Amino acid sequence: MITAGIDCGAKNTKTVILRNNEIIGKGSVLTGFDQANAIEKSLEEALKDAGISPDDIEKYGGTGAGMEVVRQADTQVNEIKAMAKAAHFFFPSARTVTDVGAEMGRAAKINEEGRVEDFDINEKCAAGAGAFIEAMARALEVELEEMGPMANESDKSIPMNAQCAIFAESEVVGLIHAKTNKKDISKSIHDAMASRIVSMIRRIGVNEDIVMLGGVGLNPGFVESLRSELEVEKIFVPEDPAFGAAVGAALVAQEEG
Amino acid sequence: MAGGIKMPGEEKKQQKQEFWRWTESNWKNPDLDWNDAKIVTAGIDVGSVSSQAVIVTDGRIFAYSNMRTGSDSPESARNALNYALKGTGLPEDRIDYCIGTGYGRVNVPMADRSITEIACHARGAHFLYGPEVRTVLDVGGQDCKAIHCDGKGKVTDFLMNDKCAAGTGRGMEVFADLLSVPIIEVGDRSFDIEKEPEPVSSTCVVYAKTEATGLLRSGWKVNEVLAAYCSAMAERIYSLIERIGVEERFAITGGMAKNKGVIDRLMKIMNIEPMKTEWDTQIAGAAGAALFANTLVAKGKGRK
Amino acid sequence: MKANYGYKDGSGDYFITIDTDKCNGCRECVSACPYGVMGVGPDENDPFSDDEVAFVTEQERKKIKYTCGPCKPMKNRPPLPCVAACGPGAISHSW
Ligand code: SF4
Ligand code: SF4
Repeated sequence: MITAGIDCGAKNTKTVILRNNEIIGKGSVLTGFDQANAIEKSLEEALKDAGISPDDIEKYGGTGAGMEVVRQADTQVNEIKAMAKAAHFFFPSARTVTDVGAEMGRAAKINEEGRVEDFDINEKCAAGAGAFIEAMARALEVELEEMGPMANESDKSIPMNAQCAIFAESEVVGLIHAKTNKKDISKSIHDAMASRIVSMIRRIGVNEDIVMLGGVGLNPGFVESLRSELEVEKIFVPEDPAFGAAVGAALVAQEEG
Repeated sequence: MAGGIKMPGEEKKQQKQEFWRWTESNWKNPDLDWNDAKIVTAGIDVGSVSSQAVIVTDGRIFAYSNMRTGSDSPESARNALNYALKGTGLPEDRIDYCIGTGYGRVNVPMADRSITEIACHARGAHFLYGPEVRTVLDVGGQDCKAIHCDGKGKVTDFLMNDKCAAGTGRGMEVFADLLSVPIIEVGDRSFDIEKEPEPVSSTCVVYAKTEATGLLRSGWKVNEVLAAYCSAMAERIYSLIERIGVEERFAITGGMAKNKGVIDRLMKIMNIEPMKTEWDTQIAGAAGAALFANTLVAKGKGRK
Repeated sequence: MKANYGYKDGSGDYFITIDTDKCNGCRECVSACPYGVMGVGPDENDPFSDDEVAFVTEQERKKIKYTCGPCKPMKNRPPLPCVAACGPGAISHSW
């Protein structure tokens, strides 16, 4: 059976094509201000990647902030369920999964079957989402991709007072003026952000193995801050964490289809 | 900058300053002579954006200043006090007691003591608006405060939000910057529209910016986006006041009191008539501090 | 006085309210809180009062949502340590 999972997120729209539990195609485009268009584009890309035609797809699952716009969707998959399914798919030993994207952070406790037992969500405040690190990268005048590696070169975290992304921007600018090492600033940014996600995880309980999904999972600085805040050996991150929810949606479409 | 070649960076810097401009001022009470005063006290409020100094003689406002906060608090406090004293003939060492307040209150070198802005705003509003005031709203550069006080200006209930930029002066600045509209024009321009738009739906300033960019791209006019943000801001501020509730009568202090784009919309939501005052609404905190100092000295607690 | 410490951000309301008229300054809440959120001292918002009252410490005011998180598990939430410790019932949380 071939299914497609489409995750229309705040920043990127991602499509994953699944054939009998195997990922055969992926597509990702910026969501921008036209969600419908982004959905078509990412699907096209994934179809091309898989080398199949739209007619080959039997079922579609839609998820993400713009899931209502995914007109193809046979099932709309709740984001928590999608991330739980995906975590279980990548790492059957997963008991805790956190998904941090551009505009949200989530955490769920899951059982051996990948079913959700408890969850917490943080949204509508950039302080607890990828947007926070993006805004700080702008303030530091550093490429977003460089932020994580920079942070990992520092072993000094300076306490940051501001919690809000807007106020933290000025604080970072102040630190730069005070000639603080940018690597240390970057580490503090990731630590601050990670501690917010950790407090969410603590509310549902820290149970290993811990899996991280979402675009922020590509940021090694964040993953390291998360790991050390949680005091665990390892955070499990799949190869393409940003496609996590899309994979989950495709899996649900396959099960329910 | 007529003529000459402007570097792009230079132009940007110039414009940036332009968007924040508001006038600094000082004032001296023509009816009072400090030579007649028994007690002279000062209150200095160092906020994130503006700083004020108020001089009180025997419990009446003698002089004040309202200035931009500089890069450090001690210097801003010094400048504000100098500016308030300027041209009054009052020597600084005649001041019996000085109280610092505001966000930089612990960094006011000439202060004998510091008192929170919550207490000072209530006390100041009680003076500026009269003893009928029960609810004071203060929207500052980096915070938003809602305070209930009794007939003596004593705080009975309060909340202060300085964690989130939404509903503070900073949120408005970020928007004015995004839309390249000078902050003092925001009010007027937000009403220069054909129809009141829906408020911006994101509370978070970061997300509201993204939303606004989308609105502009889909053809909204700058003034419409401004209006949509002003009303989002009004709703946001209202939701904060709601937590402690509104008791009449109601007064607004702080810089935002001068932004009618937000305040007129807020009043419409609240369906209330705010109290009026002849005084500069930004001096409430410093006035409260100076009045507290006066009370302390009068009670004999405030001698150095 | 009802002192509301905390904040409201895009994600919700997070306030700890201390009713200073009920609080007797006994410090039970300070010992009960595992994360140093509570403090007791002169009432900084009532400069003429000599009574000591509880407050939320300066460094925690902007992050109580996170700091208090572990005391508020999503499932089977026990009574909050600070609230339970307070005899006169002066403390309440908004979330
Ligand atoms: S403005 Fe700041 S605190 Fe407020 S919701 Fe946005 S990031 Fe969070
Ligand atoms: S336990 Fe209650 S009465 Fe005692 S100090 Fe804390 S808030 Fe006040």
